[in-house]
Amino acid sequence: MPTKVIMPQLGESVVEGTVTQWLRQEGETIQEFESLLEVNTDKVDSEIPSPAGGTLLKILVPAGTTVRAGTILAWIGQPGEVLPEGEGPQSAHAAEPAAEAAAPAAPPPTLAPAAGRDRDLGFISPVVARLAREQGVDLTLVKGTGEGGRITKKDVLAFLAAPPPAQAEPLAWETPGEGDLFRPTELMFAAGAPPSAAPTPPKAVPTPPPAPPAPAAQPGDRLVPLDTLRKSIAAHMVMSKHTSPHVTTVMEANLQRVTAHREAHKAAFARDGVNLTYTAYWISALVAALKAVPLVNSSWTEEGILIHSAINIGMATSLGTDGLIVPVIKHADGLSLLGLARSINDLAERARARRLQPDEVKGGTCTITNHGTSGSLFATPIINQPQCAILGVGAIQKRPVVIEDAIAIRPMVYLSLTFDHRILDGAAADQFLSTVVHTLQDWS
Amino acid sequence: MPEMTLIDAVRMAMDEEMARDPNVFIVGEDVGVRGGVFRATVGLFDKYGPERVIDSPLAELSIVGVGIGAALYGMRPICEIQFADFIYPAFNQIVSEAAKMCYRSNGDWTVPMVIRAPYGGGIGGGLYHSQSVEAFFTHVPGLKVVIPSNPYDAKGLLKSAVRDPNPVMFFEPKKGYRLIRGEVPEGEYTVPIGPAQVTRAGADVSVFAYGMMHHYTLQAAEKLAAEGVDVEVVDLRTLYPVDRETILASVRKTGKALIVHEDNLTGGYGAEIAATIAEHAFQDLDAPVRRLAGPDVPGVPFSHPLQDWFMPNPDKIAAALRELAAF
Repeated sequence: MPTKVIMPQLGESVVEGTVTQWLRQEGETIQEFESLLEVNTDKVDSEIPSPAGGTLLKILVPAGTTVRAGTILAWIGQPGEVLPEGEGPQSAHAAEPAAEAAAPAAPPPTLAPAAGRDRDLGFISPVVARLAREQGVDLTLVKGTGEGGRITKKDVLAFLAAPPPAQAEPLAWETPGEGDLFRPTELMFAAGAPPSAAPTPPKAVPTPPPAPPAPAAQPGDRLVPLDTLRKSIAAHMVMSKHTSPHVTTVMEANLQRVTAHREAHKAAFARDGVNLTYTAYWISALVAALKAVPLVNSSWTEEGILIHSAINIGMATSLGTDGLIVPVIKHADGLSLLGLARSINDLAERARARRLQPDEVKGGTCTITNHGTSGSLFATPIINQPQCAILGVGAIQKRPVVIEDAIAIRPMVYLSLTFDHRILDGAAADQFLSTVVHTLQDWS
Repeated sequence: MPEMTLIDAVRMAMDEEMARDPNVFIVGEDVGVRGGVFRATVGLFDKYGPERVIDSPLAELSIVGVGIGAALYGMRPICEIQFADFIYPAFNQIVSEAAKMCYRSNGDWTVPMVIRAPYGGGIGGGLYHSQSVEAFFTHVPGLKVVIPSNPYDAKGLLKSAVRDPNPVMFFEPKKGYRLIRGEVPEGEYTVPIGPAQVTRAGADVSVFAYGMMHHYTLQAAEKLAAEGVDVEVVDLRTLYPVDRETILASVRKTGKALIVHEDNLTGGYGAEIAATIAEHAFQDLDAPVRRLAGPDVPGVPFSHPLQDWFMPNPDKIAAALRELAAF
């Protein structure tokens, strides 16, 4: 009896996933628990182990397709085994009746199947594989012009360079009545358009204001194609700025006691296998302030301000030139400094190795961004929606400061708090930020 | 700027270096009174005298051994091996003495010596006047291996070789001695040992070649251009130390690589380039790395039809390029 491979639910709140890559092809053998495919949800890639050993008999969901959790993705068994009929890719797992019932009547728009979608792709060269992975290209949509119809590097580049028709159309707000909302679905998702990582139903969000005209490319200019993460970051940043009226307030803190504490305890923490970073102190102070001013640990809703009981701290983590990701320390108020430091080490390390679980980037209630690590003194960060505030931490500098009419040299840091002015007024925000400052200054 | 042949540029480089530095001298078979069998040193005997243009016995071992000794005394010898095919008696002196001197004396002693040798086939020279020997020496750290493909580089690189504090193997494509012409400025300039040169920019396929094969590759690239294939040609110029950055940058651009040399395929220099590309640019490859080289037979045949069968030429290079472009 063949074994089903199903799209797992990769997190409490994750209901669908995109198959990004099959690591085995049909007809190849695989051991139980060996990685079989890669699935992308939101910003996180996960490798899915094979549920059984045997031969990969049939792939039902090709790479690039987004399906709901529970969907049968493939069959594994012995060569020649007959597959059960009627269990196509859209049939949900039996254990998911609720999810199935809750599914919208109309399936989310998917790309129109291109002619030859199931064709054998032939030899995929290393560079084509890499480009497809980096740019999220569904190779079944790319026309091959190489030997025997092989997809060449040039074919992929041409595919990426040719803008899909939907994007070439005039922007909706420029031609009222003829915009995307009024166009037939099949035109919006024309064959040949590259797939987005996770197609979602059109959102009823307020129409964004007109974008400035795209600059004309000059000879020698270079177009860097957008990867999934870049698109995700861009969409979130624009959405956040449109959603919340951002206000930033800045204070400074004397880190004399924090640096002394860190120096005194670093070695002891290291013996426990933990690198005691300043971030542990920032988050500890942020948690203390969120407890003191719970209104900041909240989200705006049209019904009212939703104050969260859990304190989950998002930690913006740079992935170098690849972008950034925000892993979340759940229930940070329940962790000691040691627990926080350990959690920070672990999440940051796995974020850079792209090994975060999908649930680990969700559910944050307040976020911290440590822009000081790249030398910034203070910044005006953008709120990580749907949160109320984000704390920016600048570079620690020794500065002359006046203490009781004497000039002293102290390690100082600027702390900037960007907050949603719908929820907080300046006075409450300053009260919150001064709690952070005092927690750090009076560290014991 | 005068146009001249590759061998004229070699002579000009030696003449200028000998005039510049009294420590520079030439030693080799028939280099003096005769002016060299290829006429590379013609006129230098009369100009600089028998003490600086020395006719040696027919013993390559002693040519290089004398060169090493003189170099350790502060001289700047230019040893001429009449044909690269004759270099093997000197192999021990080159590999075990010259190449290791700086290393084994911890930098106290160096051998600032150039060994010039005409190499390559296609001239009807048969088994003992056609060999390509570069791969024996690119395997030996401590030697630099330089092969110019045009008169400008021949002069500039040879001057750099003479001034280099360590031994330089300077192999000259003898088929191109009078075939390859180009403009060469009179007077001082050098071409640094090390950097390769992109001699033709292209987008579709990269070719890595040197010496005579580089000259042929440019001709093949012209043919392919007429067929709509945009070939990038890289003249390696220095085989050791090789310019990896230029090679990898080219492959990253085109995704396809062809290496051409007339030396035998197996263990030839192309294997090193292919391995470098596979190690460092695997994810940029759009086709298997290809080598076009002399076949694995013991020598370049004397018979003309068989010599043609052996030697890569513009047609064979163009055919290999067509296959790669179509892949």
